[in-house]
Amino acid sequence: MGNYIGKVVKRVEDPRFIQGKGRYIANLNLPGMSYAAIKRSPHAHANIKSINVEKARNMEGVIAVMTGKDLAESGLGTLPCGFTPPDIKLPPYPALAIDKIRYMGHGVAVVVAESRYLAQDALDLIEVNYEVLDAVVDAKKAREEGAPQVHEETPNNTSFYWPIGDKEAVEKAISEADHVVDLNLINQRLVPNAMEPRAVVAQWDDFSGEMTVWTTTQNPHVIRVLMSAFTLFIPENKLRVISPDVGGGFGSKIFHYPEEIIIPWLSKALNRSVKWVSLRSESFVTDAHGRDHVTNCKLALKSDGTFTGLYVSIHANMGGYLSLFAPMVPSALCLTLLNGIYTIPAIYGETYGVMTHTVPVDAYRGAGRPEASYMVERLINIAAQELNMDPLEIRRKNLIQPDAFPFQTQVALVYDSGNYPGLLDKAEEVSGYQAMRAAQKQARGEGKLVGIGVSTCIEACGVAPSKAVISLGAGVGLWESGSIRVHPTGMISVFTGNHSHGQGHETTFAQVVADELGVPIENIEVIHGDTGRSSMGLGTYGSRSNVGMAALSKTAEKIREKVIKIAAHQLEASVEDMVYDQEKGEIHVKGSPDKKKAFGEIAFACLTAHELPDGMEPGLEETSFYDPENFVFPNSAHICLVEIDRNTGEVEIKKYTAIDDVGKVINPMIVEGQIQGGIAQGVGQALWEHGAYDDQGQLLAGSMMDYAMPKAGKLVDYQVDRTETPSPHNPLGVKGVGEMGTIASTVSMANAVMDALSPLGIKHLDMPLTAEKIWNAIQNSGS
Amino acid sequence: MSKTAFRLNVNGQDYEVLVEPRKLLSDVIRDDIGLTGTHVGCEHGVCGACTVLIEGKPQRSCLVFAIQARGQSIRTIEDVADENGDYSTLQQMLHEEHGLQCGFCTPGIVLTMEAFLKSNPDPSEEEIREALSGNLCRCTGYQNIVKAVQKTILRGHEEDKEIASL
Repeated sequence: MGNYIGKVVKRVEDPRFIQGKGRYIANLNLPGMSYAAIKRSPHAHANIKSINVEKARNMEGVIAVMTGKDLAESGLGTLPCGFTPPDIKLPPYPALAIDKIRYMGHGVAVVVAESRYLAQDALDLIEVNYEVLDAVVDAKKAREEGAPQVHEETPNNTSFYWPIGDKEAVEKAISEADHVVDLNLINQRLVPNAMEPRAVVAQWDDFSGEMTVWTTTQNPHVIRVLMSAFTLFIPENKLRVISPDVGGGFGSKIFHYPEEIIIPWLSKALNRSVKWVSLRSESFVTDAHGRDHVTNCKLALKSDGTFTGLYVSIHANMGGYLSLFAPMVPSALCLTLLNGIYTIPAIYGETYGVMTHTVPVDAYRGAGRPEASYMVERLINIAAQELNMDPLEIRRKNLIQPDAFPFQTQVALVYDSGNYPGLLDKAEEVSGYQAMRAAQKQARGEGKLVGIGVSTCIEACGVAPSKAVISLGAGVGLWESGSIRVHPTGMISVFTGNHSHGQGHETTFAQVVADELGVPIENIEVIHGDTGRSSMGLGTYGSRSNVGMAALSKTAEKIREKVIKIAAHQLEASVEDMVYDQEKGEIHVKGSPDKKKAFGEIAFACLTAHELPDGMEPGLEETSFYDPENFVFPNSAHICLVEIDRNTGEVEIKKYTAIDDVGKVINPMIVEGQIQGGIAQGVGQALWEHGAYDDQGQLLAGSMMDYAMPKAGKLVDYQVDRTETPSPHNPLGVKGVGEMGTIASTVSMANAVMDALSPLGIKHLDMPLTAEKIWNAIQNSGS
Repeated sequence: MSKTAFRLNVNGQDYEVLVEPRKLLSDVIRDDIGLTGTHVGCEHGVCGACTVLIEGKPQRSCLVFAIQARGQSIRTIEDVADENGDYSTLQQMLHEEHGLQCGFCTPGIVLTMEAFLKSNPDPSEEEIREALSGNLCRCTGYQNIVKAVQKTILRGHEEDKEIASL
């Protein structure tokens, strides 16, 4: 079907970006703009004894200075948490700290001035008297007796406990197993570092009582609901949230952030437009971090490598406050994926959500699912090693077979479709796995440290069926809307509540609508990121934009139905006899291709409206709301080759092969781009990135000089290929691609490094697998 | 802080600016001259998003005070496509090879690579990756950027051949 779906269509977004004409919020300047800067705590845990803002207030060019107390007293709400499992203890999260600091970087006062430089100057005139207290930064240590307490509301620093699966069955499996792999691991903290720093501009209109907020968010409609109901208390119909071009998100721009409410609040209070743009140094200590799990996991097996049980216990670091979706990440988004793509008869997982004196942690590319894959795939690799099996073979032995779908896992989810043996076969073939193994044997003989990493992964995305996510603890359903407005000339505006911050929705969504209606893609404009234009949508994260695409597919169906009725009426034929040719955008009578109407003719007829069937409304515009019946389950197998320099411990990536099955592909170029970028981020976690804290809650990796981002010179050309198993329930058969590369690559890279080190008897090292860590491990191995 | 008036030459045009001597070149280009294609990603000289060409050389405009660039010629992303809006070959190849996603790092990468290809017209992949290592991109994993640069070089060779055959 169609001219566009499945084909490479160059991105319609590109022209503005390659010329530096992207519409980022930092570029926005409004008349009478003022500029905000935020004084932030240098301590992780402290009582605020006093704040003196008088000097700052009196500085020339300063318009206002407000403290956390000032804001709270003026009625500003606290930041909500949108995922609340039973018995969660939920301490309030004030936009600015009022009397206590719980993470380094939390704001204590805000300055508004006539320029950004003046606002920054004024920060230095604010005097804060802190009583510095002992901090705790490690999730496991935070639950030990005597640990500094983060909140009164969370005794033992434990906010929630989330178990899933059959504990008894797993314990039995472990006690009866021929072999058990027992592994303690740390999935380290990451700093998302989207290239565009967060920014907020707010414009209050005193005459109309309307507030417009531009904010770098992945989900403007969600932010509007939260602002209206929990934080700003401005009626939704008077509140417009715009998220124009956003320079990358990776999860970090999902959440409702303090600045998002402080800036509009000030705009209203001062009756001025106010702008705040994060410095990178602020991004490091305010953008929600990712991962940070301390885990014990066990895999039980028969001696022939058959999996019999899986046990997981996670201490998930939530940071100083619960960010918007934070409790969902290590629980419902992580433990439900422990099944991987395997048959595992018994699974049990539990998560403790732990408060510490660190930056709040929330979803970061993959969000819980990379952590799940990391555990499962590390365990399998160690098992293979200990049972003297090939890592590909042990996986193959345990795969869910293609005839087993829909497949009910032991941890709540029902997988929709998949061909996992085909996936693994293709990965083996494309990567040249057997030849690599042979070459590895030879290299090892020469004393080289060469490793091959194998991993598979599964992701539950297209989040999600509203009933399912609310039963798991979410505060909102996760459906999507899609509107198509056909203008009288046949030009089309498409509105979606999904949001593109690099993914290329303006291209792929247009491809879908173009094919559904049989119109040239040039006639379509996709509009997103503005609550004043699109109807409700839940945004883009969790590889869920396929939900918005599905909504549009259903909307297009409604448009086609109306077009067919009009064409039938005009051609004096019955509706049943009409054929909608989606390649040509023509509607003709069955068997008489010359008796036809073009799509554009019908669009114009909806304006003139004198030749419509009796009783039909004029105009050609439809909206659909789509709530998916299930998650979609893309899956992948990645294989990579590394060599470690024995003298320096440095890892050189020699080869990287990724086979992903993301269901039906709309635009192969964009799908490959998503996978490539995802791989780089996963490799970044495996080898370099670490949001390291010292014992007192100082972020040691607080700049791009200290936090090692993946760079071009350290990466290689990835060999990206795919299998295509459509989702049976998504109207387009699509599954989701945004997070796949990251989920699979983190652990394939870690497995490769550990495979390289295995001849030295090194079983496991925690990420990041830096040269220093590896060098030390080599020295300590005694070889 | 008192302001100083001076002249900056940006994209071949002279601008009189009146700014504090401490004001960064990136801020002056964006706020005072109004060319917002120069993006500020880190303000400590690491990410490369703010790269402009000063006297033809790529420089971090967030690490330069505007007043330091007085009297020098500055080139920004807005000057890379020609006056008809036709892209440079590199820009075209970034589009064709999907060498950008969110677009925030793209202007810095275009300027860095334009200058690099002038100084090294026929680099190896390793040299391209090395030259690109001063520009961070969180979206693409760099592969398609590298490919776009390689295609740019190939295109240059094809054009050379065409000229030679005339």
